[in-house]
Amino acid sequence: MKIGYRLALLGVLVLVGVVYLVPTLVRPVPSWWPSFFPSEPIRLGLDLQGGIHLVLEVEVDKAVETALGGAMEDLKRELSAAQIGTTRLERQGDRIRLQLRDPGKSSALSELMKNQFPSLVFRSAAGGQEGESVLGFDEREVRRIEEFAVEQSLETIRNRVDQFGVREPVIQRSGTGGILVQFPGIQDPQRAKDLIGKTAVLEFKLVAASSADPSKPPPAGTEVLHGQERDPVTGELRRKVPYTLERKTLMTGEVIADARVRPATQLEGPYVELVLNSRGSRLFEELTAANVGRQLAIILDDTVYSAPVIRERIGGGRASITGNFDLREARDLAIVLRAGALPAPVTLAEERTVGPTLGRDSIRKGMLSFVVGGLLVVAFMLVYYRGAGVLADLALVLNVFFILAALAAFEATLTLPGIAGLVLTLGMAVDANVLVNERIREELRLGKTVRAAIEAGYERALPAILDSNITTFLSGVILFQFGSGPVKGFAVTLCIGLVSTVFTAVVCTRIIYDYLLASRRLSSISI
Amino acid sequence: MLQLIKPDTKIDFVGKRKYALLASGLLCLLGLVLLVRPGPRYGIDFAGGTLLQVRFQQQVEIGQVRAALGELGPEVSVQEFGTTRGEYLLRVPQSATEPGKVGEQIRRALEQRFGGASSFEILRTETVGPRVGAELRRKAFLAVLFATLMMGVYIAVRFEVRFGIGAAVALLHDVIVTTAVLILFGYDFDLTIVAALLTIVGFSVNDTVIVSDRIRENMRKSRRQHLGTIINQSINETLSRTVLTTGTALLVIVALYFLGGDVIHGFAFALLVGFTVGTYSSIFIASPVVLAFERAVTPSRSPQRAAS
Repeated sequence: MKIGYRLALLGVLVLVGVVYLVPTLVRPVPSWWPSFFPSEPIRLGLDLQGGIHLVLEVEVDKAVETALGGAMEDLKRELSAAQIGTTRLERQGDRIRLQLRDPGKSSALSELMKNQFPSLVFRSAAGGQEGESVLGFDEREVRRIEEFAVEQSLETIRNRVDQFGVREPVIQRSGTGGILVQFPGIQDPQRAKDLIGKTAVLEFKLVAASSADPSKPPPAGTEVLHGQERDPVTGELRRKVPYTLERKTLMTGEVIADARVRPATQLEGPYVELVLNSRGSRLFEELTAANVGRQLAIILDDTVYSAPVIRERIGGGRASITGNFDLREARDLAIVLRAGALPAPVTLAEERTVGPTLGRDSIRKGMLSFVVGGLLVVAFMLVYYRGAGVLADLALVLNVFFILAALAAFEATLTLPGIAGLVLTLGMAVDANVLVNERIREELRLGKTVRAAIEAGYERALPAILDSNITTFLSGVILFQFGSGPVKGFAVTLCIGLVSTVFTAVVCTRIIYDYLLASRRLSSISI
Repeated sequence: MLQLIKPDTKIDFVGKRKYALLASGLLCLLGLVLLVRPGPRYGIDFAGGTLLQVRFQQQVEIGQVRAALGELGPEVSVQEFGTTRGEYLLRVPQSATEPGKVGEQIRRALEQRFGGASSFEILRTETVGPRVGAELRRKAFLAVLFATLMMGVYIAVRFEVRFGIGAAVALLHDVIVTTAVLILFGYDFDLTIVAALLTIVGFSVNDTVIVSDRIRENMRKSRRQHLGTIINQSINETLSRTVLTTGTALLVIVALYFLGGDVIHGFAFALLVGFTVGTYSSIFIASPVVLAFERAVTPSRSPQRAAS
């Protein structure tokens, strides 16, 4: 290509880079800036701007168990409809254990399962008794339920975050059963964690007629759950209050149409009012009518919030959850009730929270090492190669410019390790210049002319330069595959830096040499 | 013209390879022993658990912090962190309690002891669950191993198989020695260290490329020369390059090490060690391996000392 074209091409690339970098350098973007031009600055990672990074693991086993429990109830109904008696039918983990009263009916059972429950299969009964059948979901069904549980959890968490109101959240799947949540610059990480990590299964159950004796196991058909008594001033947990409840769930949170915070009155703190859908309204009216005078416990994630006495039949589809929480807690509770329950509990697999102070510190230190490291390299190249060093330094400046522009263009995230990658690139980029310059020196020693030495220098050094950049690039790609968060940021800047290095340190310096040679301004070389 | 290494330098690298191999062999052995006992000290990323970096507004002694956290159990370890006074790293290993709550418990305990939330600031919190840690350890090991093999294959394809094997052996040596030094200096192994190891693998091979490239060129030029002589000549001819390329990289790494802050201290240190060892190994390990293969293939050739 002619030198003129190459110079023009370089000019165009620089202009494109400038366009991508303007939003980063000029805040806010000037009013005349065309709307179709990029307008986003280089994104800073959570470790630089502060924020919270969570990876939640959906307990998909629990979702499978819940679904199996539902299937078992259906099976029970169908069995009694088909008049197949059982002496035992219960769920243990991810298996249903079933024993027929009449072993001769096993073919009828197989027939029923084949027709009505195609996703249930017979499993071998390890340690099972004679004549006992063990049932479980087949592999496909298990995977479908797990997949659905993760998708549903993702959706629910997204809903909650949307209602909570976080600027630029990241909510996406990570790995097979994981959900990645990132909030930049959040002040109260614990609150965010509570909000998105709550399973939020709301249940209404009756308090058992006979009161609990904590020393004895609860009578059949009942269970003991606890309520929390908190100090109204500090919010500290004072003691746990046991409730003996009937096991049967009368109503769940699925019937909630809306949940609102009601302000505090003189008698009690703020509370959450539930608006039920039409099915829920009917259900609630029926159950209150049938149980006047009894206590109805409102339970969220196995904690009793309140257990008011039903005074009369309640129509109109409204219920309220009281409990001594403050306005903030009431608001968060309303959010999780509106957004719905998670299909399975989630556990915290990973949390990284960085406060804003540390983020600012990191930026400052990163910049300082960038400037000092850069100056050291620039000075070294100047001293060691003089004229050719000036060229290498020019290329280095251009290199940094292109890397930053590429970060902005690819909407990559700059992290602290990313800055370290940028600093490292400064030191490795000039390696290409070193290889070229050393070769030119060698060719000059052989007595070649300046032009021939430059040509041979670039040509002979190129394979080694390409090889060494490709190998480093390959390890950068492996790191990108392996790493997470900040470390990924390092891999990204490293790889972008390597590509940019080959372009600036080899192509651009060559353009300048050729330009100088073509315009006959280079009769001797300072190298 | 400024020249660190004169063009007519003739050092008998190949002749000294036995001492180098002995030293490297001992170093690697030491490294492998250290990997087993005491083994690398894993950071939160790999071990799991919770870590808090706390900065107090006023002068607070380490004993006071320990006392404040005493009721949370003895497993809370407190250490001073970085160069700023009043900054501490609190660490809780994986425990039976809910991992998400540990940070909150610590915050409460500190608030109670030191008077309110304004007396200190939690700079960062990291919690990693047990499954994640174990999985990451496995993946990190595989990533480093895979990268090393990949470099070997790349060199084998671009040059010759024996060059590839030499490169892979040299890289393995670099990783083991770097790991050993990190263990000796008591650095925690976390994700950034793995990032450093992978970078070392990617960068160290550069010097091997430079030398191999020259060996190939010289082999074409003078076919009748003894391989040992060619290798030694090539190493000498490219010596200024290998030293300079590593030197410029070390310049910025030193800047990172001293100025980059505590978070990437271990990362910079690993690079410092790894890059230096990498340059040494491409001269003293990679090329001798190539030579060893030559000897194994053609044993009839007289075992005269190379380049002497």
